[in-house]
Amino acid sequence: MANALVNVPARARRGEIIEVKTLISHPMETGYRRTQLGARIPRDIIRLFVCTYNGTEVFRAELHPAIAANPFFVFSTVATESGTLAFQWTGDNGFSATESATITVE
Amino acid sequence: MSGRAPHLLAAFSVIALAGATFAGEIPMTERRSGYDFLSRETRAMQDDDTANPGMLAVLEGGALWARKTGAAGRACADCHGDAGASMKGVAARYPAFDATLKRPVNLEQRINRCRADRQQAPPLAYESRELLALTAYVARQSRGLPIDVAIDARTQPFLDNGRAAFYRRQGQLNLACSQCHDDNWGRRLAGNVIPQAHPTGYPVYRLEWQGLGSLQRRLRNCLVGIRAESHEYGAPELVELELFLMWRARGMAIETPGVRP
Amino acid sequence: MERETSRRDFLQAAAAGLGLGAVITVAPAHATPKEMEDAIRKVVGSGRVSKGRVKLELPPLSENGNTVPLTVSIESPMTPADHVRAIHVFTELNPQPEVVSFRFGPRAGHARVSTRIRLANTQTVTAIGELSDGSFWSATAAVVVTLAACLEDA
Repeated sequence: MANALVNVPARARRGEIIEVKTLISHPMETGYRRTQLGARIPRDIIRLFVCTYNGTEVFRAELHPAIAANPFFVFSTVATESGTLAFQWTGDNGFSATESATITVE
Repeated sequence: MSGRAPHLLAAFSVIALAGATFAGEIPMTERRSGYDFLSRETRAMQDDDTANPGMLAVLEGGALWARKTGAAGRACADCHGDAGASMKGVAARYPAFDATLKRPVNLEQRINRCRADRQQAPPLAYESRELLALTAYVARQSRGLPIDVAIDARTQPFLDNGRAAFYRRQGQLNLACSQCHDDNWGRRLAGNVIPQAHPTGYPVYRLEWQGLGSLQRRLRNCLVGIRAESHEYGAPELVELELFLMWRARGMAIETPGVRP
Repeated sequence: MERETSRRDFLQAAAAGLGLGAVITVAPAHATPKEMEDAIRKVVGSGRVSKGRVKLELPPLSENGNTVPLTVSIESPMTPADHVRAIHVFTELNPQPEVVSFRFGPRAGHARVSTRIRLANTQTVTAIGELSDGSFWSATAAVVVTLAACLEDA
């Protein structure tokens, strides 16, 4: 039951470069920590984040354990047309989460 | 001369009621939130609602607020409506006196009382994701408002206990809270700046925890830090200390969800 | 803050082990600069890496290694003919050198990303940029990592 916060401007001019912010709730367990008795805590991270704009991929991040818990990304994309920005996070143990936001481009 | 005595008496009783100024107590005008001791980057993390990791909990709390629960099948929203209106100012006055229990309770305990009494739902565990989310959501509605806990004849004894705990040397390091937070705030300990310990941003996203936590969790960390015996979550000693800390921070603005190292 | 096996963990585990006769294996606490070089080689192949063009922004002092804000960017027209393909971030003293790889195209507008990373120690962070013409560029930034006082398990 992932919890995500995405921020995309509601409207933009055609050709304008817009800033997108995404934040998702996830512990990003590194796999390097040990319990008090020395047992290794298994890795459990988000490995991939993809942003598509009306179906076309516009940004991708390949994550490793050194990305902090509750992964946060700010990136940009060109406002080409009205439509939907879709976000997908996938990772260990079958983790999968999606979020989307619409934008009106005039 | 006789005209002045009643004023003196009145002044003395006000001081006695609120508590005399102890040596080393931070003057009201010099009080600063932990926010002021943060690096520029961490401040930016707190300031931006679209980037503040604590906001994830606030979002979740908003969803829980609207969800029907318990044998009564009631949501918080069913009684309290829009939290932005009904919960405004609430977190700023907690811990508050509970007439049934005859002692102060903190916000987490108040939420669980509501769950038991109104929703016929089991209490949420301390530091559970749901309780933190709900507490963060409620406290967020007081953001920007001044802390204002009620100190009167009922809460005064508990405030006194909390104050005594703050100034008492304890633990293997024989340290009192005041020695760091009244006498040495602004100086560095283990590379980090010692704040004045005002609970302005709770529940807080602590970078060390990589998650949100309550004031009680932070106090327990402090007790571990000075190698003193800790208290269980919900213990009266912790609530009394919370009450004292909130009183000590009276007038300072709530920042929930705060971000701290 | 995450360490492979802190002294505290080791002592506690050893104390537990004494009673049960358990053996504690201790893996290396962090990667080596050589491992970072190998990781960079894997990405860059036989290409040459030149210093420059990449701008890596990190705070010189971090209050907590669990969450260190990072911004990396490369000035580029971001046209189909001339754009940034990727930016890769590495550390030399974390348990593993790879941090993250960002992939861009002309649709990005700017080749600029902000995120939050973990740093296990005071160390230098390296960013490698890959351009559409096949060239590689690098930049580094040093971060002093401090630790909060009054922790959960002391």
